[in-house]
Amino acid sequence: MPKQELDLFKVFRNPEHMKALAKLIKKESKTKIRVMEVCGGHTHTIMKYGIPQILPDTIEFVHGPGCPVCIMPKERIDHAYILSQQPDVIMVTLGDMIKVPGSHGSLAQARSKGADVRFVYSPLDVLKIAKENPEKKVIFFAIGFETTTPMTAALVDQVVKLGLKNVLFHINHVTVPEVMKELLDSRDEHVDSYNNRIDAFIGPSHVSVITGSKVYEQFPEKYKRPVVVTGFEPIDVVEGILMIVRQVNDGRADLENQYKRSVSYDGNTTAQAFINKYFDQKDLFKWRGLGNIPKSGLKLRDEFAHLDAEKIYDDVLPKEEIEDHKLCICGDILRGMAKPTDCQVFGTACKPNKPIGSCMVSSEGACAAYYKYGGVLR
Amino acid sequence: MTKNITLAHGNGGEENNELIEGVFYKHLKNDYLKKSEDASLIEGGRLAFTTDSFTISPLFFSGGDIGKLSICGTCNDLAMMGAAPKYVTLAMMIEEGFEMKTLDKIVRSIKKELEVCGAVVVAGDTKVVPRGSVDKLFINTSGVGVVELEGISASNLSVGDAIVVSRDIGAHGAAIYANREGIDIESTLKSDCASLWPMVKALKDAGIKPKEMRDATRGGLAAVLNEWAKASDVCIEVEEASIPIAQEVKGICELLGFEPTALANEGTFVLALDPKDVEKTVEVLKTFEQNEQCTMIGTVTDEYKQKVTMTSEWDTKRFLDMPTGELLPRIC
Repeated sequence: MPKQELDLFKVFRNPEHMKALAKLIKKESKTKIRVMEVCGGHTHTIMKYGIPQILPDTIEFVHGPGCPVCIMPKERIDHAYILSQQPDVIMVTLGDMIKVPGSHGSLAQARSKGADVRFVYSPLDVLKIAKENPEKKVIFFAIGFETTTPMTAALVDQVVKLGLKNVLFHINHVTVPEVMKELLDSRDEHVDSYNNRIDAFIGPSHVSVITGSKVYEQFPEKYKRPVVVTGFEPIDVVEGILMIVRQVNDGRADLENQYKRSVSYDGNTTAQAFINKYFDQKDLFKWRGLGNIPKSGLKLRDEFAHLDAEKIYDDVLPKEEIEDHKLCICGDILRGMAKPTDCQVFGTACKPNKPIGSCMVSSEGACAAYYKYGGVLR
Repeated sequence: MTKNITLAHGNGGEENNELIEGVFYKHLKNDYLKKSEDASLIEGGRLAFTTDSFTISPLFFSGGDIGKLSICGTCNDLAMMGAAPKYVTLAMMIEEGFEMKTLDKIVRSIKKELEVCGAVVVAGDTKVVPRGSVDKLFINTSGVGVVELEGISASNLSVGDAIVVSRDIGAHGAAIYANREGIDIESTLKSDCASLWPMVKALKDAGIKPKEMRDATRGGLAAVLNEWAKASDVCIEVEEASIPIAQEVKGICELLGFEPTALANEGTFVLALDPKDVEKTVEVLKTFEQNEQCTMIGTVTDEYKQKVTMTSEWDTKRFLDMPTGELLPRIC
């Protein structure tokens, strides 16, 4: 007899429930709905579990810009690379970020050439590195959406409280509602209207745990787009789709929460207060493929400017804008305008181990997910 | 290829293969190496010969240590070619300042594992290097084994064959990652580190002739299956739900964003079998305590040649690709 073990995942991956939900969607879905899953975690779930294979043709996934690695413009990665080359610097960042190529190379390449580049799972581990290396400057290259921002804030808090003199920050935190708004608002010669491409949103899971679902109120209200905040498990996604189908059938645009087990309306107010204490909105933050988006990025508040690596190393950090690779269409993919398979270098010149574009780098990037799981899918 | 070696070149996956092709095969390729087996058959196929180097942090981990690993690793490569491990060489690179007591403990562990495999050390070497030149201790072992089961090869798979895995996968990779500095996950998980020859011998004694066997070390189950699909020009189709994975391994993978199929193992092997041999094989392997979860996980077909597919419990299909890149935890 096999051991009886507590299975933490089965309930969210129960095949009977998956099939039953898919059947309901097939039965009820009548009109074409283009659903944008904003978050890269959802893109990963959708591809890994082959969700399009069990849904009717009426449901089309439009992959959104919610992968913190993918939206990082080359300028910022170049900053990380250049900072890693400065004397007596230990460059610290989170996992995936190490692989992203900038115009000089990736941090992994910097490391192979002798730079001291490390990754941590928890930003608070930076404290240990700083204490063990008092003669070095430890620069934390902070990335991520609202999910990881509180962890950086907690690190800033400790650095301030402990009075550590050798920890600096390069802040690249971005926020979800601002980019969603941009996708619906923006118009340019490139696209007649993004507006027409997105019928409904699947709201992020972990981001919403921090922000609460309240930050999406504006989308049903102002833009008449249904938003369903959804968990990352396959059953969550399929149930979220069913909720969207029902909203569309009823002619409703509401903010709904499928991920009630973790997300509340107000979110984690302690984490929000922490973020507000240390960070301020930047006027503009450049997103890869999307350009400058107002109020979409964070910076350290002025009173903590002495911890800001961008200010301290201002003289060595380049300011020029860098164009993306000509053949790479990550920009269109991040805007939901194109699928990875529309790109001519997808899977040929651009692969996960030698990415040209950022969407191929992170496992949450749409291209990486297509490359890894995509071949058999419709 | 990149100008410098990166950690991804040591991952047992795609970049590792590029390095082998681009540098080592370019200059050294011959009839033995081109077979890309776990060990080379020499002297008309009577003997198997292989080598492996070991570096691991921490040196002692739950379920084993670098000494045990250095014997299991090399002897398992021999066992996977159907050879009984006989003679082993042992070379150590030791960092200045290394504790004598710790070294003694590691060598005792080597002795113990040699007894399990039935092999002896017939030559050895030590180099002591200045502090910082190696990380504590590196070990290289080479091994010679006498072939007792013939005809095992990665190019042997044919349509209809069954794929069996000896136990639950990913325990070593997950245990090491959990123990790694900077991760600090508390877990009761143990590495699967073990010698496989006794299991192969039991199969032989039961009259079973596997078509192919491979221990799923770096690159994990996914790498083994992809290598077989390529070498035999077939498709391997596995059922996701049938792959045994311990809850602790699943949990660590969920936290860090890893695929259990890409995690390293050090005492888990995969077999390609004539379907009629499956029942007996599972029965024999299950007589070993750690193989309680031994089971068939897939079949060989010709649907997508040189590819591995994985079918979910709700009948969706995806490719299970060769792992790429350095294993890095996801960001959020």
